Amino acid sequence: MRSLLGFALSAISSHRLRSLLSVLGIAIGIGSVVLLTSIGEGTRRYILEQSTQFGTNLVSINPGKAETVGIPGILGGTTHKLTLDDAAAIARLSNVERVVPIAFGQARVQAGELGRSVFIYGVTPDIPDVWRFHVRQGGFWPHGDPSRAQAMAVLGPKLKRELFGNTNALGQFVRIGGARFRVVGVMEPKGQFLGFDIDDSAYIPVASAMRIFNRDEVNEIQFVYRQSALVDTVVEQVSRVLIDRHGGNEDFTVTTQEAMLEVMGDVMNIITVAVGAIAGISLLVGAIGILTMMWIAVGERTSEIGLIRAIGASRRQVQAVFLVEAAALATGGGAIGLAGAMALLALIRTAVPDLPTHTPTIFVVLALGVSFATGIFSGVVPAARASNLDPIEALRSE
Amino acid sequence: MIGLENVCRSFAVGDSEVRALVDVNEQIENGEHVAIMGPSGSGKSTLLNILGCLDQPTSGTYLLDGREVSGLDEAELTEVRRNRIGFVFQFFHLVSRLTALENVELPMVFAGTAPPERRARALKAIEHVGLNDRADHRPDQLSGGERQRVALARATVMGPGLLLADEPTGNLDSKSGTQVLDLLDRLNENGLTLVVVTHDPAVARRADRALVMTDGRIVRRLRGKELESIQGIGPGIAPGTTDVTSVST
Repeated sequence: MRSLLGFALSAISSHRLRSLLSVLGIAIGIGSVVLLTSIGEGTRRYILEQSTQFGTNLVSINPGKAETVGIPGILGGTTHKLTLDDAAAIARLSNVERVVPIAFGQARVQAGELGRSVFIYGVTPDIPDVWRFHVRQGGFWPHGDPSRAQAMAVLGPKLKRELFGNTNALGQFVRIGGARFRVVGVMEPKGQFLGFDIDDSAYIPVASAMRIFNRDEVNEIQFVYRQSALVDTVVEQVSRVLIDRHGGNEDFTVTTQEAMLEVMGDVMNIITVAVGAIAGISLLVGAIGILTMMWIAVGERTSEIGLIRAIGASRRQVQAVFLVEAAALATGGGAIGLAGAMALLALIRTAVPDLPTHTPTIFVVLALGVSFATGIFSGVVPAARASNLDPIEALRSE
Repeated sequence: MIGLENVCRSFAVGDSEVRALVDVNEQIENGEHVAIMGPSGSGKSTLLNILGCLDQPTSGTYLLDGREVSGLDEAELTEVRRNRIGFVFQFFHLVSRLTALENVELPMVFAGTAPPERRARALKAIEHVGLNDRADHRPDQLSGGERQRVALARATVMGPGLLLADEPTGNLDSKSGTQVLDLLDRLNENGLTLVVVTHDPAVARRADRALVMTDGRIVRRLRGKELESIQGIGPGIAPGTTDVTSVST
């Protein structure tokens, strides 16, 4: 078989330029698909990494129910908001480790002459444990009744740097939404979350935030459940507590990390289907290129086919020669495309370091496998033509 | 040994039927050197194709070494061509992208011979035709005579019992033609059965006997003196003592 392969390959190497041109279609097809999927996979990993940096046993509850039909207050009864008392009730569940009611909004933070409009999170001192980040300097205000508005703030590292530069911010005062807060802590850098700069924000007691933003409910309740507990059990327990408290209505939405990742998976699947369609079209074009080339090759080598039949090549072997040739062409084209995509990805990584890319080994294997299959597919008809030639007729053509 | 009994071969051309071979009966012994002569369209090539298992008789039987090959299927015929028969053509039929040595290796490639043995046997066959110094040349770097000698090496490398040559010198000058014919004679002396289709009386005279064909039939069998005095066959031949084209059944 090694020698039959060698014979098939000799035809390709004797027409280098022509072979190269005929596999251009498949090279471009495979190359662009590898490029797109590598960027897609890089993005997926990036988002996954970003989401799980907060921990995988984090659950958030938002007011309102996506599936609710009807107008609240008229047909659907009263719509309850999420309150601090709801958070306290959830905290009493044994499977729940920590609960943070969150009220957030945008507000101006002023320190002397300098001011900066940033995101303000009204939280409790449990937030570092829930979001898995740490205080670099100072600390949060003391634990206590979350409904008590205290005039203390913790600044994100970037906000602190913008307002205070390198001087010590602890004990300094800032004005947030018109109220005076004493800086008690500075967070350590956490970086961006989906392009949103967490470091450029301030944390104040939830009751204070509700007062600044003039509301009597929270935007969101987040909690962390015990690692030993099952997520479905916890969600069910929490839902029951809230439904009881809300007069039998499920007027809130519980989102687990898993569910969020699932949604992201759906988006990625759509991208995958789109890339798959591109792949299909380009492979079809590539296959036609190889089919054409092989069809011409059979015509050109008719007398050679007659000869090898006369000296003892079976129909099957003639077929194999042309199938191998088509498969080798296509796989070679795929390899060229793959190499091109890799080179382009390397270029992208140096030119645009922010664009996440990743090429798993399975992509490489798949690209070559699909190229090979395409070659076999496009070689079938020319190979059949070659093997069905009458050797006498074939020998006569010169 | 070759035995042909009532071999007929006809082709359908449009509505009519062309009878290329009509009731051919012939015995060729092992080690014989037989020439087949006759004008174009007389059925020489069809006969050669049937002898070479490239074609099948429409009726009649063909025995090769006592085995009836007229009933064999495609795969079995391939097997017979591979191991028992060597072909030499007027236009050499070398694969232009392969070297002389690789061309000689080709039959063994399809026979599945292991590469080291293949190479050794091909080198030996190339040496036999006196072209060891040209083994790495491609056909376009070889003269016509050298090409035909490479083809001869390829035809004999599998050690066949029967060599079929179709106008082996038809495309060669007389000097290289003589070289090729000398090689064929030497192979024949070593026991190879040789069947040569030719127009050339000089080629035919080297054979033990000649079969003269007309209209799909063997019309004369020449040996000895008759063969010695043969002058020419086919169109444009010089009139001689035995003008075979005028012979009829």
